[in-house]
Parts: sequence; structure tokens; C-alpha cells
Amino acid sequence: MLQDKDRIFKNLYGLHSWRLKAARARGAWDGTKKIIERGHEAIIDEVKASGLRGRGGAGFPTGLKWSFMPKQSDGRPSYLVINADESEPGTCKDRDIMRHDPQLLIEGALLAAFAMRAHVSYIYIRGEFIREREILQAAIDEAYDAKLIGKNNVNGWDFDLYLHHGAGAYICGEETALLESLEGKKGMPRLKPPFPANVGLYGAPTTVNNVETIAVVPDILRRGAAWFASLGRPNNTGTKIFCISGHVNYPCNVEEEMGIPLRELIDRYAGGVRGGWDNLLAVIPGGSSVPCIPARECDDLPMDFDSLKALRTGLGTAGVIVMDKSTDIIRAISRLSYFYKHESCGQCTPCREGTGWMWRVLERMARGEAEKAEIDMLLDVSYQVEGHTICALGDAAAWPVQGLIRHFRHVIEERIDALAVKPIAPSVPVAAE
Amino acid sequence: MSVRRLAAKQPEGFAFTPENLEWAKAQIEKYPQGREASAVLALLWRAQEQMGGWLPEPALRYVGDMLGLAPIRVYEIATFYTMFNLAPVGRHYVQVCGTTPCWLRGADAIKDTCRKLIGAPGHVTEDGLFSWTEVECLGACVNAPVAQINKDYYEDLTPESLTQILAELKAGRAPKPGPQNGRQASAPLGGPNTLTDPELYSREEADDAMPAPPLADAAPKKPGAAQRERSAAKQAGTGRKSRSK
Repeated sequence: MLQDKDRIFKNLYGLHSWRLKAARARGAWDGTKKIIERGHEAIIDEVKASGLRGRGGAGFPTGLKWSFMPKQSDGRPSYLVINADESEPGTCKDRDIMRHDPQLLIEGALLAAFAMRAHVSYIYIRGEFIREREILQAAIDEAYDAKLIGKNNVNGWDFDLYLHHGAGAYICGEETALLESLEGKKGMPRLKPPFPANVGLYGAPTTVNNVETIAVVPDILRRGAAWFASLGRPNNTGTKIFCISGHVNYPCNVEEEMGIPLRELIDRYAGGVRGGWDNLLAVIPGGSSVPCIPARECDDLPMDFDSLKALRTGLGTAGVIVMDKSTDIIRAISRLSYFYKHESCGQCTPCREGTGWMWRVLERMARGEAEKAEIDMLLDVSYQVEGHTICALGDAAAWPVQGLIRHFRHVIEERIDALAVKPIAPSVPVAAE
Repeated sequence: MSVRRLAAKQPEGFAFTPENLEWAKAQIEKYPQGREASAVLALLWRAQEQMGGWLPEPALRYVGDMLGLAPIRVYEIATFYTMFNLAPVGRHYVQVCGTTPCWLRGADAIKDTCRKLIGAPGHVTEDGLFSWTEVECLGACVNAPVAQINKDYYEDLTPESLTQILAELKAGRAPKPGPQNGRQASAPLGGPNTLTDPELYSREEADDAMPAPPLADAAPKKPGAAQRERSAAKQAGTGRKSRSK
């Protein structure tokens, strides 16, 4: 169990002030200038050594990502873009960082920008977070006033930080869609390559990082890579904010060590599953995009990237959605399918058509108005969406459906049987509408 | 994707108020020269606030002209981003989250309450005070079910607490945003079971150990209110603007 002294987000719950003075009293902006004096490469090496993996869902090693940025400018500026478009269902960690501990994010932005030789950074915050935007902007203003950032600041690296407010599009959390949106266009993902590190914002080298990734950087550099790497498990180091939602007694956010067993996480912090552990039906362990896992796989499950990947799911954003036995699992997944249908940007045909198709079939299955052969057809369609789109939204829409069929096929079949008073003639596949 | 069209009935014209115009110019300055288009979302937001919560067609043209964008570029942005309302909404615009984490904790009952008290989604009550819609994940899942009313999140809702909130709004009062069951932000109900070591906060002074006052606008839809309050407090223009010059 993680001790309080090893927690990075000391004001996660907003019981203390978010203002600069209080943040400094809790340790922010301590020795930032000294860290910068270590040099660009030393910071990247330290982040590499810490084993930090991106906290936005994909878990890509952060130090490695930073090292892709050009060491020598060809005349184009470099940009750091911070992804605060948090909208993965089940995830609400970046919101708490921005409204309660904004200085950690601002300090991390300066350090990350310095490591990548960027003088300008944009934070892209989701449209719904209006109050969070107000607090974050006020915190940025405070940092400017204290000359911690800006031109000729006390830390010795010119750095401008701007806040960019989105307007309600889940897809803008995809890094290239975010860049398109930041450039004032529809948020439609770009083909990669070229990768943003070569051609990103305004055609210039750009790195996009999640809020939590950036906000943990100052503590890693202050306390050392060895400290961070000593927490968690090999290749899955450090701490992570877990968001525990759904059918638990006390839903909450908590910062814990990577690799904490799922059961301990739920029992210790969230007051246990509603009705007791035996009442657990399934868990979506990493935000809505990852496949659900049934209760029997949850008993001794370490919550980290590699352990969950081995179960054919993922840690994603660590948004743990708990469902007890009262849940209609088909409806729960169908509602997620509706989410992806609603949020598909419409650029790639498999996703634009497939997300709606999968949702409509699932809605019928939830009522039992389907044929058993359609279960395999649905699975087949999900595989045709997965991997056939420009961005990962197609995959994200397909995986929950695949998880449902993998683990709860019997529930769908029972529902079909229950309704099958008169057999439906094997007919032409019922498409959607 | 969702189908979104401009409203049939449109006003004659649109122009920013002088103070909004000044604010808009400061927004454009955030971006490099030749990249003014980046400010389109910010300007549409402000136009929507000025119009009391929706974007008429003349406002799209106006913002396009300001940024050197063809009207179609602004139309496609206004129809793509779902927080831009293309038809009038109530003065208190209730957006109920219906995605799975909220659904698991009773979002259906919250939607039923809205249907009962306000009407069908999109319908504006006769007094112009309320309208509601279902939205996708608001990103406050551990505080489910959640509804956003104008700028504020109301969390841990029950049909009773939502009824109470709507009644207060109707009476012209400002109900307290955030969790409605007495818990602190995203901490578990009953108080945090982490971050209890006083050593973490030993260097804080008395006033640091309290949540800082919110920056709430008194009248949520009045354009520029938050900005003005802050500038008044600081006796300076918007911090960003003066510096980026």
C-alpha cells in the first residue's frame, strides 16, 4: 500500500487551496531552476530511467516519446501540447489535477517543454470543464505573475503556456484530432506517418502528452528516477490515479501504486462492491474502450499495463467501472456502443457505419430480438471495424463488444431464448434500421 | 456522429459587444501569426454566451469574417462540436450524462425527472427558464450521476436533489454546485482514507489549508463575467493578454 509521503497529488480532493502559495508549501516549484540546469538530455534520460509510461491510455514510454523530438531546429519551432480533453467514460482524474493541483501541471509543462526544446505549450481542455478552465487559467496567471513561466522567468527557459478550450468532442482526445482542433478545424484524426514529432501542430514538431503524465514529471525529477521506479512493478512503475466508479459503495478517485490488486483497490478505497465481492458481475478496468472482464478473473488481478494486457484487456486510463450482478450487461455495453456511435467523427467508413450498426444490433440483443447466428456476425463486424480506421476510435468501439461476446455470450443467448416464443425464420441479415 | 442543423428561425445580424470584441482579440493573440483560425472555438463560445446559449447563423458568419475563414469552415465546426447549440436553449440548460458509468448509478431516473419537470429533450419551457438534453460522458464518473447546468456540474444526483436544484434555480437562487450528498469532490463519501498524514501539509499556512474560493460567475450566462471579476480583483487586464503583447 502506498504511503501518503509517496503520493504525488497531495491535494487530489481539493481539501486545501489550489493557489500558488499553497502549492509551493506542498512542494511544487521547489528547485525547478536546478533541474533545468541539468540540461535537456539529462532530463529525458531521467524520465526514461523512471520507467514512466504515458497516462492517457496507450502507455507509451514517455522518455522515449520525448527523445523523438528534434535536437536541432530546422527553423520550425517545437511545441508541447497537453491533452486535457479527458472524456473517456469512467475517467475523471485530469479534472482533479487541473482544479486542485494545477501548479504541478504548469511546472511539469515547463520541464517537459525544456526537455524537448519547446518554448510554447498549449493545454487543450475539454469544453465541458468550464470551471476547471477558469481555475487553471487563474493558476497560469499566478505562475506568470510570480515569473515562474513567461519570458525571462526565474527558471531560465523562456516559456509561454496557453489554454485552449474545446467544445465537446470525444475524438479530440486522439492526438492528431486534437492538433486539427487546435488549428481551428473539425477534430478529424490525421493519417500517421508523419508522426506529430515530425509534423504536428502548424506543421511543426510536436509532442502530445496527457495531463497526468506531465503533472508527475516534476516529482520524478525532484525525487529521482530511482524513487519512482521503486514503486509499482517492473515495466509498470510509479503511481497512478485510479477512478473507481459504478456499483461500489463509495466511488472515488485515489492515487495508488501501479500493480495494486483490483480487489484491494475496490475494498480498501471504494468501500467494496455493492452487496459484497460475491455480488460482482464484471469490471471494465481501464475506461470504456477496453474489454470487460468477468468477476472470476478479478480475484488476484494486479492493475497494471502488462497484467491486464495478458487478460486481453488493458489498463487504459485506469477508469475502473464496476458492475454488480443487478447489471444488464448487454445494455451496459450497448450504451457504450451508442457513445462511440455518437462520438465517431465520420471520417472512416468502417467506424462511421460500424459503430451505429453495432449499437443497433446490441439494442435488439438487449431485448432478445435477435438470432444466435447474429452474435458471430456482430463479432465479425467488430473485427472488420478494428484496425481498419485512421485512429483508434474504431478499435475502442469494437473492443467492448468483443469483451461482451467473449465473456457473456451465454447471457445474450439466454435472452434470445427467453423471447423465442416463435422461431424467427433464418432470413436475410437484419441490417440496422 | 449526430445530425445537427441550423435553426429555421434566425436573427437579423450579430456583432460582439465592445468588451467581447476586446476579449476576442486577446484570444486571437494566443496563436502565431497566420494561425488566427485557431481561435475559432473560443470566439464561437463567446458568441454563444452573448446570445444566451445558442449560435445563430449570423454569428457564424461574423466569426468567420473576423478570422478570415470561409463561412462553410465555420458552419462545419459549429455542427461538428456538440457543445455549440444551434437552436435556443433555456436560461438554465441542463445536460444530463447518460453514458454507462452514470447509467449504472441511476441516470435513467435523472432523465425521467427532467422529462417530468421540463419536458421532452430540447423543449424550452414557456418561461424560457429551462431546457434539457442527454449528453455523453461528462468526465465526473466517480460522482455519478452527473448533470451540467450551464457552467456548473451537479454531482451525486438523485431525482429528489435534482428537483430541489431546479426549484431553486426557478426561484432565482443559486444552488451549490458539486456533490449533492455532502462529500468532498472525488473523495469517498464519509471522508478521504488517504492523504491524511499531516506532515504533507506542515509548511502550509492557515489559509492554504482551506479550499480556495471558487471563481464562480454570479450570473452564469453574462458574457465575460468571470474574466471581469478576476481583472477587477487584480486591477489589471487579463493576465495573458497584457503579457503576450
